[in-house]
Amino acid sequence: MTATTHDLLGYEDAIARFDPVIGLEVHVELGTRSKMFCPSGTEFGAEPNSLVSPVSLGLPGALPVVNRTAVEYAIRIGLALDCQIAQTCRFARKNYFYPDVPKNFQTSQYDEPIAYDGHLDVELDDGDVFRVEIERAHMEEDAGKNTHVGGRTGRIHGAEYSLVDYNRAGIPLVEIVTRPVVGTGERAPEVARAYVQSLRELFRTLGVSEARMERGNVRADVNVSLRPSPEAPLGTRTETKNVNSFRSVERAVRYEIRRQATILASGGSILQETRHWHEDSGTTSPGRVKSDAEDYRYFPEPDLVPISPSREWVEEIRAGLPERPGARRRRLQEDWGFTDAEMRDAVNAGAAELIEATVAAGAPPAAARKWWLGELLRTANARGVDLGGLGVTPAQIGQLQVLVDSGRINDKLARQVLEGVLAGEGDPEAVVLSRGLEVVSDDAALLEAVDAALASQPDVAEKIRSGRIQAAGAIVGAVMKATRGQADAARVRELVLERVGA
Amino acid sequence: MPTFSTDEVARVAALARIDLEPAELERLAGELEVIVHAVERVSEAVGDDTPATSHPIPLANVFREDVVEPSLPAQDALAAAPASEDGRFLVPQILGED
Repeated sequence: MTATTHDLLGYEDAIARFDPVIGLEVHVELGTRSKMFCPSGTEFGAEPNSLVSPVSLGLPGALPVVNRTAVEYAIRIGLALDCQIAQTCRFARKNYFYPDVPKNFQTSQYDEPIAYDGHLDVELDDGDVFRVEIERAHMEEDAGKNTHVGGRTGRIHGAEYSLVDYNRAGIPLVEIVTRPVVGTGERAPEVARAYVQSLRELFRTLGVSEARMERGNVRADVNVSLRPSPEAPLGTRTETKNVNSFRSVERAVRYEIRRQATILASGGSILQETRHWHEDSGTTSPGRVKSDAEDYRYFPEPDLVPISPSREWVEEIRAGLPERPGARRRRLQEDWGFTDAEMRDAVNAGAAELIEATVAAGAPPAAARKWWLGELLRTANARGVDLGGLGVTPAQIGQLQVLVDSGRINDKLARQVLEGVLAGEGDPEAVVLSRGLEVVSDDAALLEAVDAALASQPDVAEKIRSGRIQAAGAIVGAVMKATRGQADAARVRELVLERVGA
Repeated sequence: MPTFSTDEVARVAALARIDLEPAELERLAGELEVIVHAVERVSEAVGDDTPATSHPIPLANVFREDVVEPSLPAQDALAAAPASEDGRFLVPQILGED
């Protein structure tokens, strides 16, 4: 079934007729060194099936043992979301057949999640804060990775067979489930996106995951339903699986609102089903209809004993939590004297940490912001990477600004130095030396250039002498050119006027 | 006395990917009914104040530290696979989903 958007109700129209309710299930891969239930490694991009054990392969008789650090990370996440931490909880088997699940069940939590009843305050683009209620956060394990061979470009349809790599099987996951998110109105897509973004920021702050979207460290399932009005009971929802970028989360919610509104407006009804997201077309298509196929027959995992985190342990973890991203952002904004808009731009560009580290390396906040959100952001966009992927460190930018502030280089030279740093020529100091970019502060050298410029433009020299001081600009320009921008223009001007005796 | 229909047996068998003949469905419905009835008698012996037990031994918090140990070599992992390719397990075409 090929879906298009042009025969759908427009978004504004859909929102005018229906009240959207969303729900999000976000999975995060924890950054532990070993897997959830066995001591296999977890590094990304290893040779296929080189990080496996009898447990992660589901071999008969293999017994799982819980990774303590994974439990601690799950509690950290729960506490940061203001959840209650269970006095005792247990694992459960979620039974289904799929080649990437070698045991034929996923070890998860069902009726006893480790954390429940929390919330996350999500800041939207315009600074408004929307509170998302968290129902639960539970521990589970990731599945392996299927590669479909034959047919069209790796899709299941038409594939002749599939190849399975179990390196990812058993990597610890925490799944965070929201309560139905009501009251967003037309901002539902934006709230969904901002929520996932806030979670990602939180995971990084907590140090529980690198949370790299492009590696699938954070994955979202997006639930959407519509109802005629905010007073009406919840409508039938669809769940769009594996939406793995912020932009896609926003687009998927928007698309589902339009699609469902179109069906409901014409008197149809929504089928409760799982749907697949198609990045290229920005549409969803039906997957499995919820039915027997999703009867997971959960039951308590007999091979693992319950987890009863002591209150002492929980309080110790709480005491060690870093400052939450929102509070931290407010503190930094105050310290740096940024406007709301400046701060938002810095955060949205992923530059807040970089600016902080640059300031720590000696640059004034305004200068740090100027570099990261100016020259560097332009370069990052042109290269299609994020700021962290440029290969430039905050320490280098701090050093660059210190060179400017000390007068050893000027702004123009600084840009050339940065060019060198971006080209991998080393630290700013090294680039200044290797490219010979220091400001010429030696008057003798400058005077030589001034004399040469005056001699080659005698008419201009005459004008200056006759009192038309503004004509000195042409000589200053020539000197700057001759010194490849390395002269201090103000000093050159002084020397020119001195020389002609004006 | 609970009854266990052949339809229910067929549904559970389908979920477990077990192919059963009609005669087997009949026989298992009867056997399962005996088992379910036997288990049901347990509920007569315990009151509502007895919580369900998922783990018979009062033991909690059995952990391992987050330390990596050598993996099974890939060729050993694949040794028992009916088929493999490029260091991966080869499985038949997956149906019913995209």
